[in-house]
Amino acid sequence: MSANNLQLTDDGRLRHLLTLDGLPARILTQILDTAESFLSVSEAERDVKKVPLLRGKAIFNIFFENSTRTRTTFEIAAKRLSADVVNLNINASSQSKGETLLDTIANLSAMQADMFIVRHAAAGAGHLIARHVAPHIHIINAGDGRCSHPTQGLLDMFTLRHYKGPFHNLRVAIVGDLLHSRVARSQIHALTTLGCPEVRVVAPQTLLPRDVKNMGVHVFHKLSEGIKGVDAVLMLRLQNERMRGARLPSAGEYFKHWGLTPEKLKLAKPDAIVMHPGPMNRGVEIDSAVADGMQSVILSQVTFGIAVRMAVMSILAGN
Amino acid sequence: MPKQLPLPEQLIDLLAEQIKPHILPECALVGIHTGGVWIMDALAERLGPDLPRGVLDIAFYRDDFSRIGLHPETKPSHLPFDVEDRNILLIDDVLFTGRTIRAAMNLLFDYGRPATIKLAVLVDRGGRELPVCADYVGLRLDLATDEHISLENNETEGLHFVMKRKP
Amino acid sequence: MKIQIKNGRVIDPASGLDAIQDIFVAASHIVGIGKMPSDFHANQVIDASGLIVCPGLVDLSVRLREPGLEYKATLETEMHAAAVGGVTSLACPPDTDPPLDEPGLVEMLKFRAKHMPGPRVYPIGALTKKLKGEGITEMAELTEAGCVAFSQADAPLIDTQVLLRAMEYAKTFELSVWLRPQDPHLAREGVAHDGVVAARLGFPPIPVPAETVALSTILLLVRETGARVHLARLSSRAGIEMVRRAKHDGLPITCDVNIHHVHLSEMDTADFNPHCHLIPPLRSQRDRDAIRYGLEDGTIDAICSDHAPVDDDAKELPFQEAEAGATGVELLLPLTLKWARETGMPLGKALGFITRHPANIMRIDAGRIGVGCPADLCMFDPEATWVVNRANLASLGKNSPFLGLEMQGRVQYTLIDGHLDYRRNHQHA
Repeated sequence: MSANNLQLTDDGRLRHLLTLDGLPARILTQILDTAESFLSVSEAERDVKKVPLLRGKAIFNIFFENSTRTRTTFEIAAKRLSADVVNLNINASSQSKGETLLDTIANLSAMQADMFIVRHAAAGAGHLIARHVAPHIHIINAGDGRCSHPTQGLLDMFTLRHYKGPFHNLRVAIVGDLLHSRVARSQIHALTTLGCPEVRVVAPQTLLPRDVKNMGVHVFHKLSEGIKGVDAVLMLRLQNERMRGARLPSAGEYFKHWGLTPEKLKLAKPDAIVMHPGPMNRGVEIDSAVADGMQSVILSQVTFGIAVRMAVMSILAGN
Repeated sequence: MPKQLPLPEQLIDLLAEQIKPHILPECALVGIHTGGVWIMDALAERLGPDLPRGVLDIAFYRDDFSRIGLHPETKPSHLPFDVEDRNILLIDDVLFTGRTIRAAMNLLFDYGRPATIKLAVLVDRGGRELPVCADYVGLRLDLATDEHISLENNETEGLHFVMKRKP
Repeated sequence: MKIQIKNGRVIDPASGLDAIQDIFVAASHIVGIGKMPSDFHANQVIDASGLIVCPGLVDLSVRLREPGLEYKATLETEMHAAAVGGVTSLACPPDTDPPLDEPGLVEMLKFRAKHMPGPRVYPIGALTKKLKGEGITEMAELTEAGCVAFSQADAPLIDTQVLLRAMEYAKTFELSVWLRPQDPHLAREGVAHDGVVAARLGFPPIPVPAETVALSTILLLVRETGARVHLARLSSRAGIEMVRRAKHDGLPITCDVNIHHVHLSEMDTADFNPHCHLIPPLRSQRDRDAIRYGLEDGTIDAICSDHAPVDDDAKELPFQEAEAGATGVELLLPLTLKWARETGMPLGKALGFITRHPANIMRIDAGRIGVGCPADLCMFDPEATWVVNRANLASLGKNSPFLGLEMQGRVQYTLIDGHLDYRRNHQHA
């Protein structure tokens, strides 16, 4: 995919992080390995939980789609690298009243930015922006429509590797609304690139893309079959809108068939881990007992997320 | 270029002799990855294996990040003791421009405020670009700008020096 | 004005003529082919050596954007672009602002178009008032004002009873109804073909049933009413198969495809290129192959450009937010030639899809070269190569998937109603 050339410099180094689809395994591994060393930056033994790596660099969080959570994680990561952070929440309606997307980006580029972190409701927004910014500005996609959420995919891989070791041994199940999920798409690309031999998706037909098999996954409609013997269960959030769009009758029926409860979890390997990108809908896709249980690594994901984002920013800034 | 490369083990013995009489209370050894850590472990055997030890990786404190980017292999820094009011003995293999030591000190200060920092190096090869000097030196060498000495470690030879010519 | 067109290779798909002959034009008609008529003294001689002389192209769908959408393009610029493309007759859809649902608007459009250089403009009238899908328009009056057919353009017609009544009413006057088969519910919120690319990139999908379910309804109502229906812009293998069977059963239907769908597929949207955001969407390669096959076996009657100039502000957006449509009237010819070259289709047959067949669908006297026919001719250099770029597109819309790509075949002269309305200036690139 030509999107790949857009992300890499001529000599194969990362220039933008827009999607995990088509990125070579060595780059994904480089990010995971670098993130490892950033974990210790926030340890208690340090007074100053920062490194001066990105001192003097200006990082702009440009969020066309609201998200305090993700924006905050990026902000923390940037500040731990001693970068200056500017937060911009660009309301969709104010956009339609005047400035085009590209005009907004052009104006921001003129403000001596070094990096844009962009979240947008439409697939390919990061690509469009990357095609139009000055060459020294790096773009990190914080979520574009249903397409990609590369840093989430990476932190999920970091988590998997941390608890479960090399990917070529793993059996993983992704459960939930794949159709609308950029997180799931990024997870699938990462898992297949990093050599995970069995990636399963579990969802009702109404929440799966028609050609999902083409993405290299095994499809299950029943949770009990889909998570049998897996090393990790990657849960996806179910949004309320799905009930309104005639894809699901109710949260209750969804929970009964695809909600992860302790009983269902027993079907996975006894030491299987449970992951969730957050925020969780307790009682809809996941039972509190599982979310707070021994096998849940959900809180670690948050910590790892900061280290992974620090790694991505450092690698980009140094290229 | 010296005709014969020095033997690290001998230099470590020399360093240990210099340092031993001056070991302060509340002392901690801090080695700079990778060579400094090997030396620190070897020194600790001679100075006191119970002395607290820490390791530093200065990758995130280098001053050439914007030129050469992030080093592909970075190990985590780890100081399992309180740096506050500590007498630190900073240890590295080769002292050259002094930039590594500056980065190491910046990193140390992000952990806390030490009482003192003393520097021990196995080889001081001259060529300083910053006002840094070592308190304890195993060997002083005067090398040309295109000559580079480094410490390596492997199964067969153990610790040994390697000399290279690079423009 | 008496014009002699010398030495061109004359190709007339209707009669099968393919020979180097002179053509003689007087006033607005062709008065001789091959042999100079007696008493003919040329005022102007066009040297067509090395050129192919074919009937002026007939394009079934060219948006002129007037009235109302002048920030996208104007009548003047798009008529000129059409002439640059060798188009001498075009049908423009009713989705202007206001829509063409009143005879006064149609008359005004025809009047303005008549008084500027460029092709003959045949408006398609709105099938329902304001295209709202509720009340039918004064089809008889609109026909008298100059409409050649009636359609909803891209506006949905949800009420099947209204559709039935509209078809019955049209049948009363033997008028043509042009319909795009797209079920608004199945296509709701969708922007791309429900296939492998949409699965991978998360584009909101438009499944094939959006076309086939609508087609099914339309075909059954055609059976019911006997109305003459033209199906605009087929995109799927399944849809084409339905039309094939319906034609076999003798239904009075015709259909067309967008030239872009003859060449492109969903794979061309994989890098989020907004110029490939079209309605109907570019579907799978299998669907594209079915389109090519459908042209070869005659299931598909005509090819059009579906010309839709879009301003940069509305196009330079992420794929699913970009306004749909491509500028194409200037590329209809070279893209048709490209398809002919790729498939080995004889030139005369290929050109038929953009000349005599659309003329038949529109029921106008066009798309043919013959003594007594209107002097509408396209003269092009089949060997000339050029790269499509913003500067050399005459349309105000620069939104083409073929930007930066090389075309082979370029119009040198366009004769409309016996006037040389376009002549390629050799000083410009």
